[in-house]
Amino acid sequence: MNLAEHILNGDRKAVAKLITLVENNSPESIKQLSVLHSHCGKAHVIGVTGAPGCGKSSLIGKLTAEYRKLGKRVGIIAIDPTSPFTGGAFLGDRIRMQEHFTDKDIFIRSMGSRGSLGGIAKSTADTAKILDAFGKDIIFIETVGAGQADVEIAKIALTLLVVTMPGSGDDVQAIKAGILETGDIFVINKADIPGTEQAELYLEQMLNLTSYPAGKWKPRVMKTSASLNTGIAELVDAIQSHMEYLKKSGEIGAKLREKARVEFMALVKQNVTKYILEHVIKKGELEETIERIIKRQIDPYSAADELVERIFSE
Amino acid sequence: MKKIRVLIAKLGLNGHDRGAKVVARALRDAGMEVIYTGLHQTPEQVMETAIQEDVDVIGISLLSGAHMTLFPMVQKLLKEHRIDNIMIIGGGIIPEEDSFKLKQAGIAEIFGPGTNTKDIVNFILSKVKK
Repeated sequence: MNLAEHILNGDRKAVAKLITLVENNSPESIKQLSVLHSHCGKAHVIGVTGAPGCGKSSLIGKLTAEYRKLGKRVGIIAIDPTSPFTGGAFLGDRIRMQEHFTDKDIFIRSMGSRGSLGGIAKSTADTAKILDAFGKDIIFIETVGAGQADVEIAKIALTLLVVTMPGSGDDVQAIKAGILETGDIFVINKADIPGTEQAELYLEQMLNLTSYPAGKWKPRVMKTSASLNTGIAELVDAIQSHMEYLKKSGEIGAKLREKARVEFMALVKQNVTKYILEHVIKKGELEETIERIIKRQIDPYSAADELVERIFSE
Repeated sequence: MKKIRVLIAKLGLNGHDRGAKVVARALRDAGMEVIYTGLHQTPEQVMETAIQEDVDVIGISLLSGAHMTLFPMVQKLLKEHRIDNIMIIGGGIIPEEDSFKLKQAGIAEIFGPGTNTKDIVNFILSKVKK
């Protein structure tokens, strides 16, 4: 079975199967992903983050419809939290995207966060790659309902939408660090309810406190109502202008370079650790060392140094 | 680690989903990943979702009386798309003789009103290979 080949031939079942393998950390998934690597890099990955209930899923549903009008093929990865107690998850983002279920040019995958913090799952970046190689032009990644510091998505999205809604905080909230520093576009969804102007004002004031050098992207504030379907085309325009900016300014190169660096270093770390655990540490030695650390016979810093030195002397 | 993935679907013209949600919650609490897609699903939507989400089980909730039409439609679609590794279970108001017929036609189990959610969990755990 060669899933990668099937995926490149447009087989959505193979896409679904490979995503499962990636989620389950199967060694087979690595082989398939390395085949797909040379076919990636064409998609515009758009992160959508924000507090629970602000309308991320509904907004993605409407944006998807708009992109379909433009003839774009769309992939959606929707992440919901995994229970830290049972490991189970209730994945309900699809409910807001029903109109797209049978469109062959749209692929939607729900995902449990499976213990990852930061708003996305460990397998989210690889899943985006699979959808990219599968030929999706636009890939939405919907984070779990995010808090103030869930900023992992900023590392994998080229354009990040931070979604908020009227009444979700005053100007003090808007000054805080974290998620509000990461947005390329701020979306006030549910802009049909009272308090919209106030929310817009707070965000604009926050942005005006930051100095953006000439030629740099200044985050925009957009107003939408997913339920009334207003502001959606304008938001797509704003997303497109952000992409044009990334290309024109050359920032896209820097972003992709940083993304590749983070990914590569993480893999090196993961593989070295795996190698040490499988080939260097003798049976029982790990537990023994941990025991010694607990009993204060050795400190963890020296223990780690000793181990690493041994790899190079061997 | 492999997790059991279950699609809970409300099929057809039927707006009561309390039961479906209770089952979804019970499966979640048993450590499964439950995908819930909302009301008024067509067999085509159920099949596409099952493919894209790569589920092990489809649980169909139906209280409208159309089970003898809609259950077979989902089965037929899955067969047409050569999908034979997804177990289908059902729940709702389904008379015993229909339940018997559906099971003979390949629906793995029908859980009627009053079923203990533990029985549904245990049934799935015993049937789906991890």
